[in-house]
Amino acid sequence: MDNVTKTNSSNRRRRRPPGREIRIFTKYAPRRAPDGQALSCTTDTTLRPEQLLDLYRYLKLTRLVEERLVNLYRQTKVVGGVFRSLGQEATAVGSAYALQPQDFLTPLIRDLGAVFVKGIRPREIFAQYMAKAWGPSGGRDLNIHFGSVEKGFIGPISHLGDMIPVMTGVLLGARMQKKRIVGLAYIGDGGMSTGAFHEGLNFAAVQRLPLLVLAEYNHYAYSTPTSLQTAVRDLAEKAAGYGIPGHIVDGNDVIACYEVTKRAAESARRHGGAVLIEAKTYRRKGHAEHDDQRYVPQGEIDWWEQHNDPIDRFERFLAEHQVAGKEQLAEITASVQREIDEDVEWAESSPMPDPEQAAYGVFDNSIVPPALRPKVLEK
Amino acid sequence: MATFVEAIRQGIWEEMERDPTVFVIGEDVGAYGGAFKVTDGLIDQFGNQRVIDTPISEGAIVGAACGAALLGMRPVAEFQFIDFISAGFDLLTNYAAKCRYRWGAGIAAVFRGPSGSGLRSGPFHSLNPESFFLNTAGLKIVEPSSAYDAKGLIKAAIRDPDPVLFFEHKKLYRLPRLREELPSDDYIVELGKARTVREGRDLSIITFGATVLTALDAAEELEKEGLDVEILDLRTLAPLDKQSILNSVRKTSRAMVLHEASRTGGIGGEIAALIGEEAFEWLDAPVVRVASIDTPVPYSPPLEDYYLPQTKDVVDAARKLAAY
Repeated sequence: MDNVTKTNSSNRRRRRPPGREIRIFTKYAPRRAPDGQALSCTTDTTLRPEQLLDLYRYLKLTRLVEERLVNLYRQTKVVGGVFRSLGQEATAVGSAYALQPQDFLTPLIRDLGAVFVKGIRPREIFAQYMAKAWGPSGGRDLNIHFGSVEKGFIGPISHLGDMIPVMTGVLLGARMQKKRIVGLAYIGDGGMSTGAFHEGLNFAAVQRLPLLVLAEYNHYAYSTPTSLQTAVRDLAEKAAGYGIPGHIVDGNDVIACYEVTKRAAESARRHGGAVLIEAKTYRRKGHAEHDDQRYVPQGEIDWWEQHNDPIDRFERFLAEHQVAGKEQLAEITASVQREIDEDVEWAESSPMPDPEQAAYGVFDNSIVPPALRPKVLEK
Repeated sequence: MATFVEAIRQGIWEEMERDPTVFVIGEDVGAYGGAFKVTDGLIDQFGNQRVIDTPISEGAIVGAACGAALLGMRPVAEFQFIDFISAGFDLLTNYAAKCRYRWGAGIAAVFRGPSGSGLRSGPFHSLNPESFFLNTAGLKIVEPSSAYDAKGLIKAAIRDPDPVLFFEHKKLYRLPRLREELPSDDYIVELGKARTVREGRDLSIITFGATVLTALDAAEELEKEGLDVEILDLRTLAPLDKQSILNSVRKTSRAMVLHEASRTGGIGGEIAALIGEEAFEWLDAPVVRVASIDTPVPYSPPLEDYYLPQTKDVVDAARKLAAY
């Protein structure tokens, strides 16, 4: 690049972003509860009662699937690690619920709720974790590392940040195909330190693609606190570096997450242009089940569990506004539990993959033969 | 008469005309037409929605190509110099290469750019990067040595359902020696097939890219001494055309692998091992490797000439191989 003469030809048709001031919206940012009162959710919403109960179902599904995965892990039925989103389920569920069916999302490991909202069934997740043949990757990859283009779900890979430029490409392709879709890519306070994050968001912003980046400030990246990842106070400040608007949302308020994402998606769909949303939340479990969280100050996890659990807050909201009684919520929970039982049974009944399947699918095998283990010194 | 660079440009142009999902993405590929003019004029014909100038951001180029491919588009992504492929390495090796294997989503994308040494371009504009990728399952690797092959291979690469790395030796772009009349019909050169450039009885030189010409020069000289050299142009390095390599060695019983990348860990070792395992009984001499020395690519002409395998190195090695 450095020995090539640059021309000014690329300037000839560039539109400038509207307004160059730093724009961070905080309407749905976390607020303290009035003295003596417990936190609930925002009332500034257009969600109808049946939608609110739908959200409740996804929150419970996420938490209970993860709890079941921990049980299966302890029974050594899960082959790899289990990654929890305990305490931050509202971020994934609320934001994903704001998308339209044709939209795409790419989650991170702590966004299982978003995967369910996109129509992936618990049985697929159980089969993936148990490395079974019937899982969507046939045992070739773990947990939510798969995708379904039909459903608009692009699974992540372990390399954080990489999915931002990939989702940018999905939107670039959609624009060429004249499809009006929005892409939602999740990232964390840790993943935002990667080069891929920067490269992807910068390119999306330059191309004014309808990319929503949802940055989950959950305080820890493995054991590293956010103060060792970045010098900004709010991750949303980084939006200014890309000439795009930023939002700060209370990540443990499922309604707020929905509303902010919905507004961002509408603006992205209407005008084009990327948006950065920062969700303030808290990771109550370790990086994965093996992590003893010795790096967390004493009392911190308990405080979040007692005062700022997203499901507790939403149940309080549903009660306060007479959306549903205790019995109705218990019924939803029971039906979620039944679905989980059925799906675990299905996943357990799946065989393990045939070993030779390891050799297939590197390339289109109608063109390139499978990479079968060669026989040594045999003709 | 088309040059090597014109052949590649024609290939991309024809594919863009044929298939509306084909698009070009890279740095300075639009109005400027690319650093080596491979994409010259495409933006005028196909517009800036299908010829996309990017920031200096190889991660964005590779990632965006992958994402668009997931939606059924067929990106042709350019690295301005192939040396900069290192800045897109993660997304190439972890995303593009593994997507089909992980969940059946083949990434039908071409990642191309000018490679190769010998143009006094120093350590950062002279790379032959094939070895970085040979050990990554899921990437096809192509490197043509003639204008005919360049056009046929780029068209085949664009139509391929899997990710293809396409390396164009920049020394060949405008080399008068490679100008040729190209067929006017729509043709492709199938990936994964080597080509016998010169038939011979006495020894095989297995090579690809610009060193095919080095081998041809050496063969001409050796012919005067009565040595009949066979030259096999691999054309595709992954997946490797093992059968053509073994057929040639079984015929001549003497093999040299010639390439421009450094010797250690180069594709020469892989090919020598293949011959050792599968054609041992046919060999009358050890398989020899003629390659660049194990250093970065130096800038100054005397240094770079010492670094690179020269015709005389090939001639010397061939004489010893024949006399063994």
